[in-house]
Amino acid sequence: MPDYEAVIGLEVHAQLKTASKLFCSCSTAFGSEPNENVCEVCSGMPGVLPVLNRTAVEYAVKMGLAVNCEINERSVFARKNYFYPDLPAGYQISQYESPLCGPGHLDVETSAGPRRIGITRIHMENDAGKNIHSSAENVSYVDLNRAGVPLIEIVSDPDIRTSEEAVAYLKGLRSILLYLGICDGNLEEGSFRCDANVSIRPRGQAEFGTRAELKNLNSFRNVQRAIDYEIGRQADLLDDGEAVVQETRLYDAGRNTTASMRGKEEAHDYRYFPDPDLIPIQLERAWIEKWAAELPELPRERRERMAAEYDLPAEDARILTEEKGLADYFEAAVAAYDAPKKIANWMVGEFLRRLNETHTAAEDAAMGPESLAALVALIDKGTISGKIAKDVFPDLFASGRAPEEYVKAKGLVQISDAGAIEAAVDAVIAANPAEVEAYRGGKTKLMGFFVGQVMRETRGKANPQLVNELLQGRLG
Amino acid sequence: MSDLISLTLTGLRDRLAAGEVSARAAVDACLARIQATEPALSALITVDADAARARADELDAAGYDPAKPLWGVPLAIKDALTTKGLRTTCASKILDNFTPFYDAEAVARLRAAGAVIVGKANMDEFAMGSSTENSAYQLTRNPWDAERIPGGSSGGSAASVTARQCFGALGTDTGGSIRQPASLCGCVGLKPSYGRVSRYGLVAYGSSLDQIGPLTRTVEDAAALLAVIAGPDAKDSTCADRPVDDYAAALAARPDLSGTTIGLPVEFWGQGLDGEVDERLRAAVDTARGLGAKTVEVSLPHSKYAIAAYYIVAMAEASSNLARFDGVRYGVRDAGAEELVDMYARSRSAGFGDEVQRRIMIGTYVLSAGYYDAYYRKAAQVRRLIRDDFAAALAQCDVLAGPVSPVPAWKIGAMTDDPLQMYLMDIFTISLNLAGLPGISIPAGLGATSGMPVGLQLMGRAFDEAGLLAVANTLFKALPDAGLPRAVA
Repeated sequence: MPDYEAVIGLEVHAQLKTASKLFCSCSTAFGSEPNENVCEVCSGMPGVLPVLNRTAVEYAVKMGLAVNCEINERSVFARKNYFYPDLPAGYQISQYESPLCGPGHLDVETSAGPRRIGITRIHMENDAGKNIHSSAENVSYVDLNRAGVPLIEIVSDPDIRTSEEAVAYLKGLRSILLYLGICDGNLEEGSFRCDANVSIRPRGQAEFGTRAELKNLNSFRNVQRAIDYEIGRQADLLDDGEAVVQETRLYDAGRNTTASMRGKEEAHDYRYFPDPDLIPIQLERAWIEKWAAELPELPRERRERMAAEYDLPAEDARILTEEKGLADYFEAAVAAYDAPKKIANWMVGEFLRRLNETHTAAEDAAMGPESLAALVALIDKGTISGKIAKDVFPDLFASGRAPEEYVKAKGLVQISDAGAIEAAVDAVIAANPAEVEAYRGGKTKLMGFFVGQVMRETRGKANPQLVNELLQGRLG
Repeated sequence: MSDLISLTLTGLRDRLAAGEVSARAAVDACLARIQATEPALSALITVDADAARARADELDAAGYDPAKPLWGVPLAIKDALTTKGLRTTCASKILDNFTPFYDAEAVARLRAAGAVIVGKANMDEFAMGSSTENSAYQLTRNPWDAERIPGGSSGGSAASVTARQCFGALGTDTGGSIRQPASLCGCVGLKPSYGRVSRYGLVAYGSSLDQIGPLTRTVEDAAALLAVIAGPDAKDSTCADRPVDDYAAALAARPDLSGTTIGLPVEFWGQGLDGEVDERLRAAVDTARGLGAKTVEVSLPHSKYAIAAYYIVAMAEASSNLARFDGVRYGVRDAGAEELVDMYARSRSAGFGDEVQRRIMIGTYVLSAGYYDAYYRKAAQVRRLIRDDFAAALAQCDVLAGPVSPVPAWKIGAMTDDPLQMYLMDIFTISLNLAGLPGISIPAGLGATSGMPVGLQLMGRAFDEAGLLAVANTLFKALPDAGLPRAVA
């Protein structure tokens, strides 16, 4: 059996966070009542005309600049024609021959080292609405709130070779979109969507194999699993002497398989042609330069700067800079209390875990950066132990209460008074004569047991270092 | 027949301004005329009598307002333009039940200027046709001969204005649809430069060709309507951001045609032109010379490709523009469908007439994978050449003159079985849409054989409606007035 190499290209759709839709003034708000944010333009009534949202163009150009794309001063909207009830005009307004952004690239880190993934193009288009099927009523509803919401489509070169690279590339794009503040990056809600073109070829062969387009990849994990499954499926076909068919396949996350959705012969002929209702976008050089100057610090630069400035381990710096909100949180905490490594530890561990569990963004966490900083400071000052800090973390995270006030109110302030701890030590020694004898007989491992008992006695509040010293003194 | 009805739009406007006539009287006169002539004419799909009277009463109650240049003037609107609260069908069964909740921009401007809409004019379905026979609702008759077509696609507008049912109308012109029915009915029809009038609310046929314009009895009237509807509109990206000239002043400044050079394109004055049409048009050019105009021969060498290029561009755009009529959100839906594709197929097959389906299919074909370069891209290139031809010709003269239609109005049914023959009738009008330039049809008298009106087409430089209207007005006044059309006398 030959050794295969996968060739993967990704098409990413990112919803732009403009206040209004791409071609009308309707709101883009998520979660409104069905068809609440709809007018004659985005519902495709007769005679209406689109008018381009300038902010969307600015956002799209900024994304292009952030991924090193050539920006085309002249670009053209084209109609992509197909029938579907969620597509009110019977065509999507997209860009075809002359996209807004030309070739660019994104550098990603993988376990095999750094990789440069080429970007073919970025173009603008409007989103479709949603069909909602009710099997109980045997009807389908159409909600056009999303119809007309601005999208950019970012098309990669077929440069990706593994599912790991694919995910690294997607995370990299998403991270940049969030840094630019132009997209929510939410895979589940669909503000960041991905289709994958996957083919395989015997390693060393120059020609591409026949590709399948995978859809319905609504999480990073699904992207990885779907690609891996598809590579395996295609390899099995070729090994069995069968051919891969060019088709669109739908990923089923529940079964972790892909299934054919439509074949090449059923593929749409979109009949693209320039949209006569819109004049070409003509960008002035000065605007592009202004937007380039406005670009914020991007993930890669920030990672490198933070690693150096705070002397962070590379992995911590990577994790903390992946989302802008998290990096901002970190730097705000460090500004409040200058202990970057400890703060980074707490964030990469407890804080991130709870954010993920509660599906919360760092900037929306009830526990603000000052609170996290104050918690670390309390440990440093010996006011509470690290153990107590861990115990109270869930409460602090959920409530956002000030740590100092919280530990006082709960009576959790650490006992660093030797007299008070001595009493507990004495009591523990008195209560466990057999263990004391064993310890003195050489079973020094029992120290842990004594420390635990003293901590229990003091309800965890005793300064552990002091406990150790006192126990060693008594038992020695 | 009321005396009011014999007035021109500007004539009525003066009487309204002087307080000699009320808005209600003007509207009542039109409604009476509509009642008297509609049985013979069938020019209007919808007559909005109650709303028109109510609007006129409102205007009268508020008193004459000099800031409203069309105060109290009754108008008809081609049914391709959306009218808020007033059924808009595009003469198609697929929009049989459609009442828009928004006005076309041009309609909104007319209303804001005080105009009163008395009805929606018949047309070829979705403006696809040259005779108004493609209406799904009714057959409009030529006011000069009820056995003949009024031209199209704005045939209802032309017939209504010519028959004095209203004082002016809006039409739309994609390949001649204002100028040709104006010529065939004997009224004035102006297609402005592409981008002069907002297309917002014009139900699109060929978006890069469509323009809204006035049909009126005189050139002055056309100028008065254009002055109201022209100008930039933030809702239409293709509407030009340029100021509107003072058309009335431009008209007043041109008492004769001395200093005016009229170009005669050789391709427009040769074979294929009916004898009586040729005779009337040459007489009109002589009249222009008599008024002091100089004439020069010019050439539009790519004209022979215009029909092919036009039908490719227009049908390609139409195939996409008409995709929204899918029976999902509005319009007629076939209830018997079992599944989605079936619903589309049944609704659209039942809702669209034959000509519309023919154009959708041809348009779909020319945009298909593998054919785009051979058809659409090539047509776009030809279009550029045609535009260059006009620019070169108009560098040698002030306006161009030629026929509108190679023949006078033909008998109803004479060409319905031969769509290609019908397409060829547009030969003298479509180049101008491809070039995006303004053109006007003015009556040049009645043909000696048929006794039917013949129109002369004048074509101008982009956005020089002022210059074009001025020449047209001077010549119009010197040409014979055919008077009240026979079939509705």
